[in-house]
Amino acid sequence: MNTAAVRILGLDRRLVPLAATLALFIGLVVYGAVSYDAFLSPQVFLNLAIDNSFLCIVAIGMTFVILTGGIDLSVGSVLALTTMAAAALSKLGWSPWILVPLLLAGGSAFGAIQGFLIHRYRLQPFIVTLAGMFVARGLCYLIDTASIPISAPFFVAMAEARIPVGGGNSLSSGAVIAMITVAVALWLAHSTRFGRTVYAIGGNAKSATLMGLPVGSALVRVYAFSGGCAALAGLVMSVYMLSGYSLHAVGLELDAIAAVVIGGTLLTGGIGYVAGTVVGVLILGIIQTLVIFNGTLSSWWTRIVIGILLFLFCVAQRLIEARAGQKR
Amino acid sequence: MRALVRWHLFWPCLTLALLIALNAVVNPGFLAFEWRDGHLYGNLVDILNRAAPLALVATGMTLVIAARGLDISVGAVVAISAAVAAVMIGGSLSLGDAEAVSRFPMWLAILAALAIALACGLWNGALVVGVGMQPIIATLILMVAGRGVAQLVTGGQIITIYYPPYAYLGNGFLAGLPFAAVLAAAVIALTQLLLSRTPLGLYVRAIGINPVAARIAGIRAKPITLALYGFCGLLAGVAGLIVSSNVRSADANNAGQLLELDAILAVTLGGTALTGGRFSLVGTALGALIIQTLTTTIYSLGVPPEVNLVFKAALIFIVMLLQSPEFRAGIVRLARQPGA
Repeated sequence: MNTAAVRILGLDRRLVPLAATLALFIGLVVYGAVSYDAFLSPQVFLNLAIDNSFLCIVAIGMTFVILTGGIDLSVGSVLALTTMAAAALSKLGWSPWILVPLLLAGGSAFGAIQGFLIHRYRLQPFIVTLAGMFVARGLCYLIDTASIPISAPFFVAMAEARIPVGGGNSLSSGAVIAMITVAVALWLAHSTRFGRTVYAIGGNAKSATLMGLPVGSALVRVYAFSGGCAALAGLVMSVYMLSGYSLHAVGLELDAIAAVVIGGTLLTGGIGYVAGTVVGVLILGIIQTLVIFNGTLSSWWTRIVIGILLFLFCVAQRLIEARAGQKR
Repeated sequence: MRALVRWHLFWPCLTLALLIALNAVVNPGFLAFEWRDGHLYGNLVDILNRAAPLALVATGMTLVIAARGLDISVGAVVAISAAVAAVMIGGSLSLGDAEAVSRFPMWLAILAALAIALACGLWNGALVVGVGMQPIIATLILMVAGRGVAQLVTGGQIITIYYPPYAYLGNGFLAGLPFAAVLAAAVIALTQLLLSRTPLGLYVRAIGINPVAARIAGIRAKPITLALYGFCGLLAGVAGLIVSSNVRSADANNAGQLLELDAILAVTLGGTALTGGRFSLVGTALGALIIQTLTTTIYSLGVPPEVNLVFKAALIFIVMLLQSPEFRAGIVRLARQPGA
């Protein structure tokens, strides 16, 4: 998109990636609507929200981490560990009133430790969270290598709960939790001191420190938030699958990163929007829906298309950065 | 003694020696060798053989990391290379005919698999050097799409390779030693020779320490970096051939799963700085051996193999913290003022 077009549309330059993402999503929906008769039914879109609720929650945590210029590879494993712990502990008869806060606190603590190591000892986020991924996945296997079914009344009730949205359509509890998470994240990113600090760190961590911003505590909190999101997503997945399994969500961190990037967040940090990530998640979801609707395409096309999209968006990001560099 | 501790291979050597000693204590037959049918057998030989694919991948990774890069797509490239070789050799189980035939000549299949692996590596390199992406993101693309491509090649099936000569790569013996281990050792030795006898090693170090300064000093950083990624892809391809030959099949979903992480761990254990510049190929080979010995140890100790991941993670944390100047400073401070 050239500068003139941007001016005509009245867009802030920072909003260009978000606009491109939104255009892509609408394009995919139009393509689906033209190709398949049943595509435009409301339940297709509600299912998009239901089936991608845990990815959405994880991707939101990841957005904050990437906004600081970091990365969190441990989220998929933390999610799996949460499902395992939820399954194992609810089997022992733990009350959900203790279990849920405990698991959320556990995920946040896991993230906070990673954040502390990254900040205090200047370790690379990539390596620290990679090791965190090993730890969480290993702990899953230690609990049990087999899948544990969940039959606790609380989880079953949550799984059966349907929130009607009119016209005979409904949402799952997980989708509602994802939406609440999005709302909280939007507020955190755009209306709090914490959010501004996150953007400042991603823009330039040194400047942020010199400005007197609490860089260290913000970094720890960002990773804690990501870990907490992963744990919340784990609870949502426990409800969705009604089982805990150490192989749940293998590779989910990659999907989450892809959603964040496709959502227009720069991997170098500082620029990006929570709303963009939500659209990114929806794009990944709709690609999957299109592949399912097609019927003849095999599931691996989803991964290839996601890879191609990731490539296109990264190249576009580089072009935007290069132009920004010239202007400076 | 002091010089010994300062030696850059001291810690990896010590770790490996301790692990082997632990095994020898638990299992007295661990260090034994046996010469049978003109082949050398023994636990240590087995470790060498099994560590070969990891050592090869980690060698490529070392050079990429030394030049301030990273390649997290190696696992996917292993899967692609294995898939290409398996599909091209193919062959169905023909019970009457012991001489199973391959669809294409074996050398052609191997060349094709290696060429595609090289192309994968060059693609990564082009994204990093040409487009200017962060290495982790550039290679993330192939990591995500690569397994899809591998499944596309195999049609989503696990392809079994019935062609007997292909099994030599992963199970054969050369001069009494496992062929895969000999191959890995030869590749590492040749790479080491190339880097130490030509200015190439110096260039790689210079790029890793300061890419801008290296370019200004007249080092052609871009082509060299591109070549390093290509080399890394190529070695991942070789590892893919060994892995698929070893189990006589190609599994697009699981071949080389988490191999990128093991490779990075091997590189770190070998004393290569993740921030670029300082690297040691011999250290990396030792790192790969440590990881494989650790796996074997865990099996022989009767610990559930699942704990392996936690052990590896603990290793990463320890090495990482020891490499951090801030952490070492903190330790020194604690040692100087006890109780403070």
